[in-house]
Amino acid sequence: MSDEEESGETQLTDKEKIEIAKWFLLNSPVGEIQYVAKDVRAVLKDERVYRIAAAEAFPLYNKSHMICLEFPDRSGEVLVTSFSEIDKDEYIDPRTTQVAIVDHVKQVCTDARPANDDELPSSYIEEYRCALDAEVIKYVSEAYPKGICCVYCTNGKDVEEPGSDFEFVVVISAARLSPQNFCNGSWRSIWNVEFKDDLQLVEVRGKLQVGAHYFEEGNVQLDAKHECRDSTMFQPPDDCAVSLTNIIRHHETEYLNSLQTSYLKLPDTTFKDLRRKLPVTRTLFPWHNTMQFSLTRDIQKNLGLESSE
Amino acid sequence: MEAAMGLMRRIPPKQSETALSALLSLLPQHSSDLLSQVDQPLQVLCDAECGKEFILCEYNRDADSYRYYEGGVSSVYMWEDENEGFVACFLIKKDGSMSGHGRRGYLQEGAWDAIHVIEVRQEEEIAHYSLTSTVMLSLTTNDESSGTFNLSGSIRRQMNMDLPVSEGHLCNMGRMIEEMESKLRNSLDQVYFGKTKEMVCTLRPPSELVQMKLPDS
Repeated sequence: MSDEEESGETQLTDKEKIEIAKWFLLNSPVGEIQYVAKDVRAVLKDERVYRIAAAEAFPLYNKSHMICLEFPDRSGEVLVTSFSEIDKDEYIDPRTTQVAIVDHVKQVCTDARPANDDELPSSYIEEYRCALDAEVIKYVSEAYPKGICCVYCTNGKDVEEPGSDFEFVVVISAARLSPQNFCNGSWRSIWNVEFKDDLQLVEVRGKLQVGAHYFEEGNVQLDAKHECRDSTMFQPPDDCAVSLTNIIRHHETEYLNSLQTSYLKLPDTTFKDLRRKLPVTRTLFPWHNTMQFSLTRDIQKNLGLESSE
Repeated sequence: MEAAMGLMRRIPPKQSETALSALLSLLPQHSSDLLSQVDQPLQVLCDAECGKEFILCEYNRDADSYRYYEGGVSSVYMWEDENEGFVACFLIKKDGSMSGHGRRGYLQEGAWDAIHVIEVRQEEEIAHYSLTSTVMLSLTTNDESSGTFNLSGSIRRQMNMDLPVSEGHLCNMGRMIEEMESKLRNSLDQVYFGKTKEMVCTLRPPSELVQMKLPDS
């Protein structure tokens, strides 16, 4: 962040202003970047600097929050993620085999084109991807009222037959935006699935992140993260899909339970460590009779005051 | 300024110090407004002479403390204002982490900062008290099975009361602050934390309701 400056004399350089603007944009809670952008613009009072900061911050924010955009012809949706990125403004949707062209700052999909053959996985890989995608869609529609998901091949998409390793990423994202109720939240899961041919094993690593923001006359945020691992046997596509989805379902359900537990523990344990509901005496503090505590005697002696009865 | 305050409501509460210094550098002409309107976690220093800790804030005079929190530091500063009354500022800071004063050892990181500013104006037997309180808190638990769980935030409320001075200012102010802190604590617990929990359950409703107790804290 910028250095301390002499009162009013030193101006911030453009570079410093851009960094500050980017920082605010990148730290926006889910679904709030447009509101933050409006405030940042007002505070900066410099359109040129704002535009540069926005051009750099929005793509990072969008990918980190895995925002979901609809294709212009409403044929489907595309997730803006680092896994689906073909180019800085182009994102692939393997389900509809289209590539979306997006405007990051406006957060819309402006155009779409069919994906090229070299952008898509081989039919061998696609069998696995598609089977897993179908199972995950079923799971997500059961578990999440408004969830979106996708499966991307991030390594080995050109593998044509058994004998090589390949890697998928399963992305699950659910966001609930209720700005009129001053409450927004999101659940993001990223599951790395590595198919290891020599071991005939599939290794799974999950990263779950949950956030919530409540801001009616205040600002309270939940930020929770969790990582887990698991594995299953390398089987034909449909069987793998079922096992993998079971693994995901199991860990995500466990994680939700542990979040509930953390909340349940708050009143009696964690929060209590910060401030009890009542003093240890279990009664309200006897303000009228503070003489029983010697500290006040000290103050009175030092300041030469009468007793405060 | 409105935009600046808007930003403070959206950035993660744990980053409020960074956000404030960013705003101060972008809006130097508004620095006194920003400093007086944006609350920051409190800093504690130790008085070498008597070995007592005290809290730093802009209003600098006096120091004394009270153990109300099972640990925790508090300081009180007072000064006269222009309307022939006075202002008292009660500051409380508690570090509830395992390495701090957290008796139960659950928190990897935990901080409660309370700032209470009371303006007092006396008219014969009655005094008018105007209290503005801010509570900032942050708590983090971290373990293998559930990962990192962090709740943090700040809320600010106002309360005005007219009370007889027969029992003394300390008594009146103390009671107001206690009542306010209780309200804020309960509000944080039930409303604010409750809302974030509700949000989590809305995002992904628990399927096994049997395993859960009813969410009533």
